Amino acid sequence: MSVIYLDNNATTKVDEAVLEAMLPYLREYYGNPSSMHTFGGQVGAKVKEAREQVAALLGALDSEIIFTSCGTEGDNAAIQAALSAQPNKRHIVTTAVEHAAILNVCKRLEKKGYKVTYLPVNRLGQLDLEQLAASITDETALVSVMYANNESGVVFPIEKIGQIVKAKGVTFHVDAVQAVGKIPLDMKSSTIDMLTLSGHKLHAPKGMGALYVRKGVRFRPLLIGGHQERGRRGGTENVPGIIALGKAAQLAQHHLGQIEWERKLRDRLEYGLLSSIPDSEVNGDPINRLPNTTNIGFKYIEGEAILLLLNKNGICASSGSACTSGSLEPSHVLRAMGLPYTVLHGSIRFSLSRYTTEAEIDQVLAIMPTIVERLRALSPFSNDSASWLQEQEKTLSVSH
Amino acid sequence: MTNQYKPIKKLTSKLRNLRTLRLMWEYTDQVMDFFYNPRNQGKITEITTGEKVVTGEVGSIACGDALSLHLKVDETTNRILDARFQTFGCASAIASSSVLTEMIKGKTVDEALKITNKEIAQSLGGLPKEKMHCSVMGQEALEAAISNYRGVPIVSHEEEEGAIVCTCFAISEARVKRVIQENNLKTTEEVTNYIKAGGGCGSCLAEIDDLVAEVNNVSIEAVQKTAPPAVKVLTNLQKIALIQEILTEHVKPVLAEDGGDVELYDVEGDIVKVQLKGACTSCASSSATLKMAIEATLRERVLPSLVVEPV
Repeated sequence: MSVIYLDNNATTKVDEAVLEAMLPYLREYYGNPSSMHTFGGQVGAKVKEAREQVAALLGALDSEIIFTSCGTEGDNAAIQAALSAQPNKRHIVTTAVEHAAILNVCKRLEKKGYKVTYLPVNRLGQLDLEQLAASITDETALVSVMYANNESGVVFPIEKIGQIVKAKGVTFHVDAVQAVGKIPLDMKSSTIDMLTLSGHKLHAPKGMGALYVRKGVRFRPLLIGGHQERGRRGGTENVPGIIALGKAAQLAQHHLGQIEWERKLRDRLEYGLLSSIPDSEVNGDPINRLPNTTNIGFKYIEGEAILLLLNKNGICASSGSACTSGSLEPSHVLRAMGLPYTVLHGSIRFSLSRYTTEAEIDQVLAIMPTIVERLRALSPFSNDSASWLQEQEKTLSVSH
Repeated sequence: MTNQYKPIKKLTSKLRNLRTLRLMWEYTDQVMDFFYNPRNQGKITEITTGEKVVTGEVGSIACGDALSLHLKVDETTNRILDARFQTFGCASAIASSSVLTEMIKGKTVDEALKITNKEIAQSLGGLPKEKMHCSVMGQEALEAAISNYRGVPIVSHEEEEGAIVCTCFAISEARVKRVIQENNLKTTEEVTNYIKAGGGCGSCLAEIDDLVAEVNNVSIEAVQKTAPPAVKVLTNLQKIALIQEILTEHVKPVLAEDGGDVELYDVEGDIVKVQLKGACTSCASSSATLKMAIEATLRERVLPSLVVEPV
């Protein structure tokens, strides 16, 4: 059975051209880019080219790009750099819907005595910018806000936020792991100080990322070692990964011109599902949203059950339900948006890529109504007025 | 690699997987069968004189599952004539509910009450540890329905929710904190001894350090110290029982899939003597690999000092 892969916010297929570009550097060109001899030096030249490709995608200078091992490393390094540059400022502003690579670092910092403001979001998954402005104090070392949310696809007004942050003279970090390659970026005209990206979200292999650090921003390395990455990230370069990321960045830039096609496919999927399945709704801001993502709540049924039935039909998606999270808690993002539990547990995220076809979308549209109908036939809930359900919602909204 | 080694490699990797099942759960074929083809779904509508229809409703919306269990009971014999379910939940919640209805049909309410959540899980060939609460939900709905039938108040169960600290044994932060408080535990090692948390892969030990330090209001360094050896963890009898349980629940089912089996022969100190049976015992090297796989499982789940000896 062929797989219909609609889980591209989790990871993406490595592009054939990316694989081709990196393979020689796993086979014959294994030199160390730092070596004095030509054998290593030619590899160094290729790394430089990759750096230029990544910089071009971001509209940045080559020297502003630090290669990392993943998005998580970029986020950790950025936070750590901002804090160590301003040791007397012990406050961080971030949002309640960040990725774990930000949230768990902040939680750890709280235990070390830092104060962290986790800005809430509204039902659409958007921030209150006045609240954001008010939360920044003289003590604030860093504001870290994601560009686009991995689960809901909601895009924050990053430049508006950046203007508020920069007006107060605070360092501004953006986790743009989901945005790079889907939204055009230009660091030259941006307010962003540091920006994280991850390779495997844009058709490069896993284990590769980059951190953009604006020229002039103070940066102390997370990984202390040799002079690599201009002393900002020790460790011999992951040469094949870097070359892959460079190629992927180049392809992503080209693909940005055709992103509207992806948006149309996503809209076709979304419209088709909402019109054929009653009691279903889109979670999050329908306008300011990634072009490839839709998160839909199918009420009265549970996400894992939906995923398993989709899986049986070769369709890969993901869910914010508790049962798929590995903990007993449903998605922190959907909870922060204040979605009722009936919607939250039946939420399914479909995330497309440039490889998604119209035929695949039509296949999902053909299968999904049957799956939902089948599970609803099993469910004790069919409307929001069940007293038993309301009772539980009430108790839970108090305890959470 | 010769063909002879292949099943052994498969087997050892399966045994290894027992402790690392994540996200896409390793459901048994029975779970998937009851999920794909649920028996007895719906409500009970038809009823005649001398029969009573009752419902037990339990569930935790926070965890994402709820069950409405309907029973038709003969009022003279107290026998369950029919059982149906409606479930909001994941595959294992649906399968647990469905298999429960099959288990209780024809039983008297007294007989039905004796069913434990473990038996519900067993009749599905086992559930992932993180999903055991699905079987608990079935058992509680049954209790609730029967309480309703008898017109007596329902006994409430305290649920443990919240973030999981130890994923190997599915132990929540709340439970770790409670066991620290109730037993006045001072070190992380003690926590592991009491509830196994941190005793699997060990990656949550630092988090447990934090919890012990937080509850006791002491430094992280203080809780990392090794506990005085005053507390003896397992008596010999407890050790044998636990070994037997791990073999039955985690090793035998895996071996059975490839036509093999293992029996506990004796336990002398840390030496666990077992008899290997069936397939995969034909050559010395396969037995050796199998021994290592079983040993790894027992060391992880019972005691790290155990040695397995085939007899």
